[in-house]
Parts: sequence; C-alpha cells; structure tokens
Amino acid sequence: MTFYQYIAEGLFFAFVLLVITGSFITIRARILMHTVMGLAVALLGVAGIYFYLGSMFLTLMQILIYVGAVCIVLIFGIMVGSTPTEIAEKNIKEKKNIFLAVSAAATAFFLLIISLLKTDWISALAEAGDFSVEHLGENFLYQYCLAFELISVILFIAIVGAIILAREGRENKGEPSE
Amino acid sequence: METISTLPPELIRMVIAVIIIISFIFLNAIMMGYLERKIAGHVQRRLGPMEVGFHGILQLVVDGVKLVAKELLIPINVDRTFFRLAPILSFTPVILPLLVIPFSEKLQARDLNLGLLFIVSMTSVNVMAILVGGWGSNNKYSMFGAMRAVAQSIAYEIPILLSMLAIILMTNTLSLKEIVGAQQKIWFVLLQPLAFIIYVISGIAETNRAPFDLPEAESELTAGFHTEYSGIGFSLFFLGEYTNMFTVASVATVLFLGGWHGPSLPYGEYLGIVWFFLKVYFLLFFMIMIRWTYPRVRFDQLLNFAWKYLVPFSLVNILITAVVVKL
Repeated sequence: MTFYQYIAEGLFFAFVLLVITGSFITIRARILMHTVMGLAVALLGVAGIYFYLGSMFLTLMQILIYVGAVCIVLIFGIMVGSTPTEIAEKNIKEKKNIFLAVSAAATAFFLLIISLLKTDWISALAEAGDFSVEHLGENFLYQYCLAFELISVILFIAIVGAIILAREGRENKGEPSE
Repeated sequence: METISTLPPELIRMVIAVIIIISFIFLNAIMMGYLERKIAGHVQRRLGPMEVGFHGILQLVVDGVKLVAKELLIPINVDRTFFRLAPILSFTPVILPLLVIPFSEKLQARDLNLGLLFIVSMTSVNVMAILVGGWGSNNKYSMFGAMRAVAQSIAYEIPILLSMLAIILMTNTLSLKEIVGAQQKIWFVLLQPLAFIIYVISGIAETNRAPFDLPEAESELTAGFHTEYSGIGFSLFFLGEYTNMFTVASVATVLFLGGWHGPSLPYGEYLGIVWFFLKVYFLLFFMIMIRWTYPRVRFDQLLNFAWKYLVPFSLVNILITAVVVKL
C-alpha cells in the first residue's frame, strides 16, 4: 500500500468512528441539545464516508443540508421550547416500551441484513462513471423527475403544516396577528 | 516507514498551504481590527489607537497578546462541553474556504470543480458555532443572540445562494478558477449589477455586521452570543468573524469583480494576487464604512427586508438571467 492508501484507510475508520460515536451520543445523551449535536457529528461522519467513496458533491450537500440546515433548525426548535433536564432524565430511565423498541430495531436490522446479503455487490469500477453536476442535474430532471418533484411536494406540505400549526397557537393566545 | 523525503509532494504542498492560510488569518484579523478601530475613530472625529507604534499600528498585536495571556473564565452554570466547543467550531471551518479561493492564476491551494459549493457548505457551519456558544453560555442575552443569528442566517442564506446561482447560470461551472477565467473581458458586476448588490447586502448580514448585527447588538444584548467569553475563547470568535468577512469579500471578488484580472503586471500569474487583494480590501473597507455610518435595523425590518425584497428580486434576476442565457 502506498502512503495515500494508508491515509485513506485511516480516514475511513475515522469517519466510521465519527458515525458510531455520534449515534451513541444521540441515543444516550440526557440533554436534548447534546442529542442534536451527536446527530450532527454522526451526519458529518456520513458526509466523510461519501467523501471516501469519491463523491464530493454528495459530501458537500450532506454538510450543507444536514449539518448546516437540518440540525440548526432542530436546535432552534429545542431552544424555543426547552425540555427541563428532569423530564429528559425520566424519559431515559423509564423503560416502559423497551420490548417494543428492541423488537422494532431488531426487525429493521434483520431486514437490512437480508437485503445486504441478497445484493450482488459489484466491485468498484477502475474508471468511475460520470458524477459531474451536469450529469446529476440531468438525472434529476429527466430520469428521476417524478421522485424529485414529489420530494418538493412533501417539503411544501411540511411548510404549509408548520404555518397552520403556528397560526393556531397564535390565535389561541388571543394576540394580535400583526 | 515513510520518511519526509518519500512523502508525496501533494501532501507537503497542502500542509504548507494550510500553514500559510492560518498565518494569514491571524494577520488579516490584526489588520482588520486596526482598520476598523482607525476608521471608526475618524468617522467619529477622533483619532483611534495612537499609542503603540506609529499611529497605533501595533495596537492589535498587543491586544492579541493580552487576549491570549488572559484567563479563560468558565462560569459555573454553563454547559462546559458546549462552552469549550463553540470557539473551536467557529474557528475551524473558516480556514477551509480559503483553500479553494484562487488568489491569482497559480496561487490556489486546490482547484475543486465544486469550489463554490465547498465554500457555501463550510460557511453554513458557522451558525452552528453561534448556536452552541449562545445556548451553552446559559445566559439569556447569549440565547437571544443565538436565536437571532439563526433566523437571520436562514433568511439571508437564500438570497446569497440565489445571487450566486445567476453567475453559475452564466458560466456553467462551480469552479472558482473557471468563473474568474470567464471574466477576462468583462467583470460580472457590469452584467449582473442586481446580483452583486444582493450579494453584498446579504454578505454583510451573513457575517453579522452592522447594520445587521442583531445577534451581537451591544446596546440590547451586551455582546450577544459571546457575552460570557473571555481570553482565547473571545479571540477565536473574533478571528472567525474577520475571516468570514474576508471570505465573503473574496467570493464577491471572484464572482463579480474579476478576481485576479487587472492591468497586466510582470509575473502576472503570481502577481495577480495584488489586484485580488486590492479588490478584497476595498470591499472590506466598504463594509467597515457601512458599519460605522448606518444605524442598526430593527429585527422585523431585517427579516422583512430579506423575505419581501431580496428573495423576490433575486428570483426575478435569475429568471431574467436564464432567459437571456437561453436566448
């Protein structure tokens, strides 16, 4: 192995470690803010894995959308309505639905394992395909146009839903709307 | 084992580039701090720093030493992890954009073909630092500062991206080097004046500078998200802010002001950096002048301005650009 391959392998394990640590913090943290930060770390690790796989575009999009936007909006929500630490503690200590949770997680895990084993893995091509932005854009707007547009409809519904929820809250308090 | 002599040259080149960029970040912060205080002084009809060195030119060096030597106070009730994490988070991502900025034709650490996207995604992490610092400080002023920072950055990120999109539509590339190359004949500021104005306004808002400095409005929030920080923690926020300003100005230079292009110089492919820096520091001078001559806007004015004026105008601008490019 050359020096670069050592670096690449090291980076791969570092990214995997980031994902695992981040996910662990996400499920174990007592404070909601720490949970979101753990999520941000895990998502950063995922971005790193995209980088290792050679897709700079996906890496940057992952950082821009998930770390830079989704996590920030989550934190914003938490700051506006903060959960007292005691309630968070109680949520973690009470193990009411532990059987349900474990079985749901196990089902998802086994489904993933089955699909992993059933897939015919092809080895990476020596010459990678066309991953340029132009190619991606053409794929999005020609081949996968329907899926692409459906995602935007979901986002639109989410925005409308948020506005409706926020409006109701406002009217109930009897505050002037402007 | 590998020794230095067998290390790949590309790696050594990158390490050297990072070292140069980090030292430049400190130099830039010192220069900007001095400029800011001097200009503020003259705008307010006083002299500004005069004591240390010729016309106070070493004032910021002395201040820097003072800040580094000071104790980093950690108040009792803060979230210690977040409190320590925030300055690091604010300083680290600002180094990275400078790696892809083409200072001259040959002075560029790395020419990514997604350079613009790289800069945008790295600068978006900066808000995270403000949030973490503001929440971790466990102080209502810091908290308000952080919340304002988020609302502001979400609002102004959209027009900034849309104004960049107009340039991308014209050049068909995200590589900063190719965008500058396309401005050989005419600077894009002449073809896209509206996009340039929108970019500069949103850029000032993105870097939390007056008249949009609501997250750290000192008359209402003490110092906003960095109220509780002292010593090296404050200096890292300070460095992050000035480097962000530099990045915003450099991207404006690359996209609109023709980058390294200017009257030809000997060794033009290297000395283009002179023109680049002249343009960047002209923009920075402009930003400082704006800060000291305009009053702060109110928060609803700030958000209304972004959503009701900048976003629609930049959308219209993109529409016109697309039609013209297609014709």
